[in-house]
Amino acid sequence: MKSILLGTAALAMTATVALAQDTVRMGTEGAYPPYNFINDAGEVDGFERELGDELCKRAEVTCEWVTNDWDSIIPNLVSGNYDTIMAGMSITPEREEVIGFTQNYTQPDPSSYLVLSGNEGIDLGGAVIAAQTGTIQAAFVAESGATLVEYATPDETVAAVRNGEADAVLADKSYLAPVADESDDVMLLEQDEMIGGGVGMGLRQSDTELKEKFDAAIQSMKDDGSLNELLVKWEIGAPF
Amino acid sequence: MSCWETIADYGLRSIGIGERLLPRDNFTLCQQVTLIGSGMLWNIYFGIVALVTGFFLATALAVGKASKITPVRKLAEWVIFVFRGSPLFIQFFFAYFLFLSLKGVSSAFDPLTSAWLGAALVLFLNTAAYTGEIFYGALLSVPKGDVEAADAYGFSGWPRFKKIVWPTMLRLAWPAYTNEAIFLFHATTLVFFSGFPAWQQRGDALYYANYFADKTFNPFVPYPILAGYFILLTLCVVGLFGLINKRLNRHLPKERRQKMRMRPRLLMR
Amino acid sequence: MFSWCTDPNAIDGLAWLSCYLTTGKHLSIYVSVGTVLLLLAITAPVALAFGFGGAMAARSHFPPLSWAGRAYIAIVRGVPDIAFFLFFVIALDQFFEWIRHEVKCPDWDQPIRQGNDFVVCAEAKLPLSTAAQWVHETYGFSLAVLTFSIVFGAFAANVLFGAMRAVPHAQLETAEAYGMTRRQTFWRILVPQMWVYALPGLSNLWMVLIKATPLLFLLGVEDIVYWARELGGSKTAKFTDYPHPDWRVWYFLALLVFYLAFTRVSEIVLDRIMKRLTHGQATMGGEAQRKAS
Repeated sequence: MKSILLGTAALAMTATVALAQDTVRMGTEGAYPPYNFINDAGEVDGFERELGDELCKRAEVTCEWVTNDWDSIIPNLVSGNYDTIMAGMSITPEREEVIGFTQNYTQPDPSSYLVLSGNEGIDLGGAVIAAQTGTIQAAFVAESGATLVEYATPDETVAAVRNGEADAVLADKSYLAPVADESDDVMLLEQDEMIGGGVGMGLRQSDTELKEKFDAAIQSMKDDGSLNELLVKWEIGAPF
Repeated sequence: MSCWETIADYGLRSIGIGERLLPRDNFTLCQQVTLIGSGMLWNIYFGIVALVTGFFLATALAVGKASKITPVRKLAEWVIFVFRGSPLFIQFFFAYFLFLSLKGVSSAFDPLTSAWLGAALVLFLNTAAYTGEIFYGALLSVPKGDVEAADAYGFSGWPRFKKIVWPTMLRLAWPAYTNEAIFLFHATTLVFFSGFPAWQQRGDALYYANYFADKTFNPFVPYPILAGYFILLTLCVVGLFGLINKRLNRHLPKERRQKMRMRPRLLMR
Repeated sequence: MFSWCTDPNAIDGLAWLSCYLTTGKHLSIYVSVGTVLLLLAITAPVALAFGFGGAMAARSHFPPLSWAGRAYIAIVRGVPDIAFFLFFVIALDQFFEWIRHEVKCPDWDQPIRQGNDFVVCAEAKLPLSTAAQWVHETYGFSLAVLTFSIVFGAFAANVLFGAMRAVPHAQLETAEAYGMTRRQTFWRILVPQMWVYALPGLSNLWMVLIKATPLLFLLGVEDIVYWARELGGSKTAKFTDYPHPDWRVWYFLALLVFYLAFTRVSEIVLDRIMKRLTHGQATMGGEAQRKAS
């Protein structure tokens, strides 16, 4: 008797959840190429846009993209203003205490140092290293003993190296590599730091059903190689 | 770790004394209150420095704006207009940009890109412009009789200004000036938020509140703590300015001594 | 936008600029100018209403109401607006959803807070998750208006409270002598006269409000400063057809001009209103007007 009752309750719940998730709202930052950025047409674009659209197709849900400031991206998820986060967010134990993650859809992306060209002999231990406020790289530099200087946006960290305020920037390699490629005045150091895990899609911990759907979709993209194609196309870390 | 130890470790963290590393996990309420309080040191520093230095420039700007000499008047008008007419957000951006370029010219300008000097300079100019407008309004409201009486007693030029006009102007401007001081302390939270970089995780109260909100993903604890500190600070400012106001008006007969009553005409900003 | 824009790499000079300034992304910044103006236009009267309510509460003869009014003014004025914006919108949103939840889903048996999550029934969501994107944006915009209004309402309340006390007492006594009730005195004598005392304070508040708009992005509204930073930041050729180095200075310069011009126009308009309000009032300004005419 009890189990039947539970069964109907569960059914009823699925019904409401399905209603709630006719449209899945995908939260992103829109300021972190190649993961996500706003293109010339003013729309969300990038690796995660393309991946997310494909995942939604496979999970058979309609998706809508919304941008949100990085600082409040998790509080807005847990209070229900959107349903997922795809914003180049590494899976970390601290974040996992608050939100749920799908399996990772990128390999752990190494972080690298960007310095002025000709400055490759720099002693990182005694250097001034710039990082964006509140990133895992900022925490890493603070622990390493080098002098940390924090800026509000990734742009400003690169500018800080160019104008001599900092000796190096520490940020995700996939973010810094295009910057170094396109200008002669800055370059990447050989040395990489492995901080943070792979990037995953963040969801509310109570949204287990949606999580399973997207987990299955990511798995299917890993299996048929389409995820690797995207990773290569957008030059994000190593393929699976 | 007891709360006293936390205070010993982090109480002066914002100026680089104490533990080198910020807490990483198991955040306690005590840590949040201590570190955010430690950051308040910067807000108080910026507020006091800008207020004290800005006071003098504001007097000069007010006199300049009331001046009969056209270039002087125009200059004062423009300084007041530009600094009152644009968001502090944008002023910080341009100031930082300018200071960086100056740094390229000569190493004498190096300290300008640090918050302690650069941001203090911007806040000084900003508050001087707002206060200058308040003082200007007050200057025009100085009763004609006061000035005529001063003339009759043989005062003129600088002594007349210093002994007669200036004190009356201050008395008239004081309630609005109190408001400006409150706004100024609030504005100090923008320094590390948008203007200047934070070195070695030494920031103001908002910087640490942001740090905790970012690490705990819960904005409902650190920001109200920050709000609490600022309400206390505002009460102190209002109290202190009230005392000065009393002193400014001490010569008046008791029933004419105005309480800190607002004069809406002068409520500037 | 224009026919010659198909290959931006092949063109330069003015043609390039004309294409660059009309990309979809640039259209967003032009729209955001409208958003900011609209927000100001709605916030001003709403904040004034909050201020009026706050001031009336503060001078009420019913102590709890008076305390509530004074506490509202003191607390909100005491807190920097940034600190307020950083958590208040989420709190406000959750509060509305919670109320709707209580009304619409009385037999929901699960807790609202599940661990860190804030979960209400699907019918109580604001807006419904099935709603179109523009509904979500309008809702976000309204929340921003409400938050701005609550903050600036406290300042307005302070100004109006002072203005109500500045109306000469003799005026009110005369009204009572003519047999007006307290309510009549308030609405027919005090309120019409207080504006002339309140206007300088309110004008300044309007100026402060204009200059607080760069904080809109904290409330989830993409304002002009947000877009200026986004557009001005350096762009690599990989992600755009219009690569450029850090151009934020130019965008911020444009913003500076916008804000200065807006301030100037506001000053002129407010001056005119002040002249009109002063007409026939028992103040020095009113006296001067009377003598001049």
